[in-house]
Amino acid sequence: MTKLKVFFITVCALMVGLTGVAQAKLEIVITEGINTARPIAVVPFEWKGTGPKPDGLSEVVAADLMRSGKFNPIPLTAMPQRPSSSPQVDYTEWASLGVEALLVGTIAPDGLDRYTVSFEIIDVLRGQITSGTQVLQNGQLVTSQDHILDARTSVISGDQFRQYSHRISDIFYETLTGQRGAFMTRIAYVTVNHNSEKPYELVVADYDGFNERVLLRSPEPLMSPSWSPDGNKLAYVSFENKKPQIFIQDIYTRAREQMTDFPGINSSPVFSPDGKNLAMVLSKDGNPELYVMEIATKRVRRVTNHHAIDTEPSWSPDGNSLIFTSERGGRPQLYSVNLSAGQVRRLTFEGEQNLGGTFSPDGKQVIMVNRTQGNYHIARQDYPNGSMQILTQTALDESPSLAPNGSMVIYSTTHNNQQVLALVSVDGRFKARLPTREGEVKSPSWSPFLR
Amino acid sequence: MNANKALKSLFIAVPMLTLAACSSNQGAEEAVDQQTNQQQQEQQQQEQSGVDVGAVERQKTPEEIRAEKVAELRQENTIFFAFDDSRISSEYAQVLAAHADFLVQNPGVTVTIEGHCDERGTPEYNIALGERRAKAVAQYLQNLGVSSSQVTTVSYGEEKPLINASNNDAYAKNRRGVLVY
Repeated sequence: MTKLKVFFITVCALMVGLTGVAQAKLEIVITEGINTARPIAVVPFEWKGTGPKPDGLSEVVAADLMRSGKFNPIPLTAMPQRPSSSPQVDYTEWASLGVEALLVGTIAPDGLDRYTVSFEIIDVLRGQITSGTQVLQNGQLVTSQDHILDARTSVISGDQFRQYSHRISDIFYETLTGQRGAFMTRIAYVTVNHNSEKPYELVVADYDGFNERVLLRSPEPLMSPSWSPDGNKLAYVSFENKKPQIFIQDIYTRAREQMTDFPGINSSPVFSPDGKNLAMVLSKDGNPELYVMEIATKRVRRVTNHHAIDTEPSWSPDGNSLIFTSERGGRPQLYSVNLSAGQVRRLTFEGEQNLGGTFSPDGKQVIMVNRTQGNYHIARQDYPNGSMQILTQTALDESPSLAPNGSMVIYSTTHNNQQVLALVSVDGRFKARLPTREGEVKSPSWSPFLR
Repeated sequence: MNANKALKSLFIAVPMLTLAACSSNQGAEEAVDQQTNQQQQEQQQQEQSGVDVGAVERQKTPEEIRAEKVAELRQENTIFFAFDDSRISSEYAQVLAAHADFLVQNPGVTVTIEGHCDERGTPEYNIALGERRAKAVAQYLQNLGVSSSQVTTVSYGEEKPLINASNNDAYAKNRRGVLVY
């Protein structure tokens, strides 16, 4: 198999080209797949006011779209013109560059710290054919607008630019792929800085690493953050009392509730799709087994019963079954268990081990950690059966978590002797690394859609 | 014998040199050096009067010897494991027997056994593996007569590596059980 040519284009480098560098805590290094992305242009929006332009909007959108792995925004220097609305577009010029679609727009002042943002998503090829042609519509001859895929106007305040940029990215992405965008999402992760007095931090940030907030700082390990389906809470494991205990924390109010204090392992909490239950692993009855806790009553029900290790539960989207890692076959492999019947079925057979399975949002695929010849990689397999595809080539890959639209996997890997986060598209074509500052970053968990 | 003599003269020469250095360097340092000087002077006087003072090592009882050895063994509180394995290697038999002895003789003392893993494999699976290691150590101690109420286990999985690196040497050091009193 010929390996795709590896590209090392950082968004930072791109942003220098786009003028105005926005500093990101988790800047991205695209390591593969930009050559398979669709060329587009995010033209800097025209500022219709006086004074300094409120900046950042088109840079954020371009970075979003590039990071999605589906689009390759061309650099500013390569743009033949800078239109701000469709009538100004020279379609032939853009088409000759191979650019498929344009995002153009304007920002106008609208009172104190209020701005009117208008944008258009333009299909370049269709524009080349139909723009300016007269078509019959409702008995009237009008200029064809077929090439304008979407056009919107909104009034926003000064502090909403970043959020609104992600909104535009969502609309652009959905318009051109048919799939919902996941740019207005967050990730939770654990950072470890061994030089610090409190080395372990539970952190939540926008999906692109901005707006980082530390939710908990501890001298003892923190593990396995997992989102509630409404995106308001995180369940996680904390060793703050010198033993593992499961907590649920509201990310907005800081309210924190201890859910478990069982002897032995208290691990891998995962919210059910309806948010009412928490799947978890407890070893209180002897060895690690799957349990489901009703959050309201904290009553637990045992799901598995086997002398081998059972761990890492993940809910099916319908909430009727769990997939989990079990050693019952000798080595760790993925199994599913039906919650009403208790029926257990083995899912994976390829490779030495398969662990850490998680369902895709549509329930048709499972993403997991595969071990083959001693190497741990992220892999994908159709559910309930199908062949396996290895998605990554990085080292010691673990903790895969899917974007809520199922397009991208964020996972933990090792780069230069340090744990960092990385992204891989579900088709395995796009790969990127999210380098970090000091310390390790691990256990990423992608939030549900936030809106 | 010659070497011994040479060594002896060195013992004399060095303090004398130091003394000379001290006396020529009067001031703040003097007070600090005073105690050292006295010791050196006593030693010097002995040497000058030409006597050698000796002592006989007191015979230790077998119990004392054993207690010392056990105490020494108990300084060792870490047991290392093979990859993906929770069996206790026979090389730790003496160390664990020493810990068991101590715990049997001191029923009021409790010990926590931490189970740790290397970073390979998922963090959650490693929590399970770490518990298995900790429990293997606990079971070993219990088989030697330690009461189960004296032993608790906790698994940290791969979360608290001894050596923070991704190579085989680090992995070998990180796969461990630690007895914490």
